[in-house]
Amino acid sequence: MSERQLKKCPTGINGLDEITFGGLPQGRPTLICGGPGAGKTLFGIEFIVNGVQMFNEPGVIIAFEEKADELAVNVASLGFNLQRLQSDKKIKIDYVHVDKTQIEETGEYDLSGLFVRLEHAINSIKAKRVVLDTIENLFSGLSNKGILRSEIRRLFQWLKDKGVTTVITGERGTTSLTRQGLEEYVSDCVILLEHRVQNQVSTRLLRVVKYRGTVHGTNEYPFLIDKDGISVLPITSLELNYDVSSETISSGIPTLDEMLNEGNGFFKGSSILISGTAGTGKTSVAASFANAACLRKEKVLFFAFEESPKQIVRNMASIGMDLQQHLDKKLLRFHSARPTAYGLEMHLVDIHKKILDFKPDVIVIDPITNLATIGTMSEVKSMLVRLIDHLQKSPISVMFTALNYSTNFAEQADEGISSLVDVWITVRDLESNGERNRGLHIMKSRGMKHSNQVREFVITDKGIHLVDVYLGPKGVLIGSAREEQQLEEAAGVELKTFAGTRREREIQRKRTVLEAKIASLTEEFESAKDELNRTSQEEDLRKMILNKNREQLTNKRYLNDSGQKTKKRNGKGKK
Amino acid sequence: MTAGKKQKSGMAKAKSKYELRLYIAGNTPKSVAALKNLKKYCEEHLKGIYEIEVIDLLVNPQLAEGDQILAIPTLVKKVPEPVRKIIGDLSNEEKVLVGLDIRSAKK
Repeated sequence: MSERQLKKCPTGINGLDEITFGGLPQGRPTLICGGPGAGKTLFGIEFIVNGVQMFNEPGVIIAFEEKADELAVNVASLGFNLQRLQSDKKIKIDYVHVDKTQIEETGEYDLSGLFVRLEHAINSIKAKRVVLDTIENLFSGLSNKGILRSEIRRLFQWLKDKGVTTVITGERGTTSLTRQGLEEYVSDCVILLEHRVQNQVSTRLLRVVKYRGTVHGTNEYPFLIDKDGISVLPITSLELNYDVSSETISSGIPTLDEMLNEGNGFFKGSSILISGTAGTGKTSVAASFANAACLRKEKVLFFAFEESPKQIVRNMASIGMDLQQHLDKKLLRFHSARPTAYGLEMHLVDIHKKILDFKPDVIVIDPITNLATIGTMSEVKSMLVRLIDHLQKSPISVMFTALNYSTNFAEQADEGISSLVDVWITVRDLESNGERNRGLHIMKSRGMKHSNQVREFVITDKGIHLVDVYLGPKGVLIGSAREEQQLEEAAGVELKTFAGTRREREIQRKRTVLEAKIASLTEEFESAKDELNRTSQEEDLRKMILNKNREQLTNKRYLNDSGQKTKKRNGKGKK
Repeated sequence: MTAGKKQKSGMAKAKSKYELRLYIAGNTPKSVAALKNLKKYCEEHLKGIYEIEVIDLLVNPQLAEGDQILAIPTLVKKVPEPVRKIIGDLSNEEKVLVGLDIRSAKK
């Protein structure tokens, strides 16, 4: 920051320094205006006390309304010990009392007395901060408005010259910001506090109306007063620059992981919305997510706005999830509260505080729609925006469930927060063939591949799983129609195998017959061959025998004549 | 004693002493005017039974708190009761006298 830029004085009030980018203008007066009970006095006192405790800047409180000890009692419930701070010379409280019945005005006067007191107070403790609460009370005590106005103007200038950062509180007027138009004199910074009641639930709002010489958040920011004082909750931090993780975490339902990012599940630190009509199993999905996280040894904070922790544990045990073991190991913590227990802002702060306390890796809020009973949808939305914003900075994965009231509105933008979440999964009833079944599909999933299918999901005593889609000729089949289809297909397979084996046997048989036939033909051929062979052998034999016989006969004839002659004639006869 | 009482009662209701404090902050024209006016009225109406203490807050700022001083100049009548404060330069004699219970309001 360059030196020319406005120096700021941090208030130490949660969130306010964020909106104003550092605090109130240093050394200048700031006007805090608002109706009765808006928290002006508390704002002022917190500014002073924080100044002492956090920034070591002593402060002066000039009280026009309450006596010092009354003031001390009033803020004691917030843990501010004004008496001790006073005796430590860190704070000086000066009660300025103006009683009209005791005062007679005659002629010209000025408010130097107040200046003197203020200066004395500032000097005695070397104060850097001053609160004037509520200076407008002077107007009821003194009648000369002209003098008062000019003196107040002079006072502010004097405070500026003195270099103390001043908070001036002023009652809200009907037409102007303050009843006496103090905003005319305080030109540097004006903050408006409001207290609005809607549907019997009150919300406190803070708005920086004007802040000269610097940028500031201009929205109405809800704030609340609890035992730690004022907390302003910026609707959104003005930047969107948090780190992201590409690590993935399982949803606890393996089949759902398959639909997302090729089986990896969600990105760590992402926000997941599960929406659906009543009885579609949103809580079960959320519980499996929590269960999976606990099994990974991560810490889970479960905000239940509908059921008590014991009820959830019992119900989830019936579908095979043992949440009690995680409770025993202190990995899981439930926080159950009726949404109507307190206002939305209180819920938000409560959630913030619980997160700070438990430091979870995963948060489940079931369901967010129940919060709508205590605020309008837009308020719930703004609360969730801030919550998601806070969680993403951490980074904590969060799963919300949201109840859709109308089945026709299955695709409605739930509380308008669907644009904020990274993953939106809807579960809904699919009604057909006289039965209702649960269907699940992924409406969106930022930065990852995801299935476009509507999957039927079934809750069994072993948990949740998604069933593969059955695409029949009549479209996607669900419930008993799907089971029928499955049975039918199984029967078909059976029949096919049966038919197959019969054909096989037939072929076998044919082959046997064929082989038998081949064998008999071979036999036949063999016997024919034998027959033929025999005939030719007989012939040879006969020829041989004939020849032999002839020789024998010839020989016999020679023997009968003479030996010699026979031999010769036999040779000649041959020729 | 009784005669003296009667004499004085004609002039002022009060018989006891008047303890008056005038708070000023430096010698401003208003302060000077106030002191001058006060002295004049006292001499006229409370001769001998009054006491004026002038407190300059620039010298003793811590004294402002006790009497709840806001405006300057302020005249505080501590005694007799009730305590009254008159702020301004005391230029309106009528109002000052009423304020000091020296004269009851007319009309």
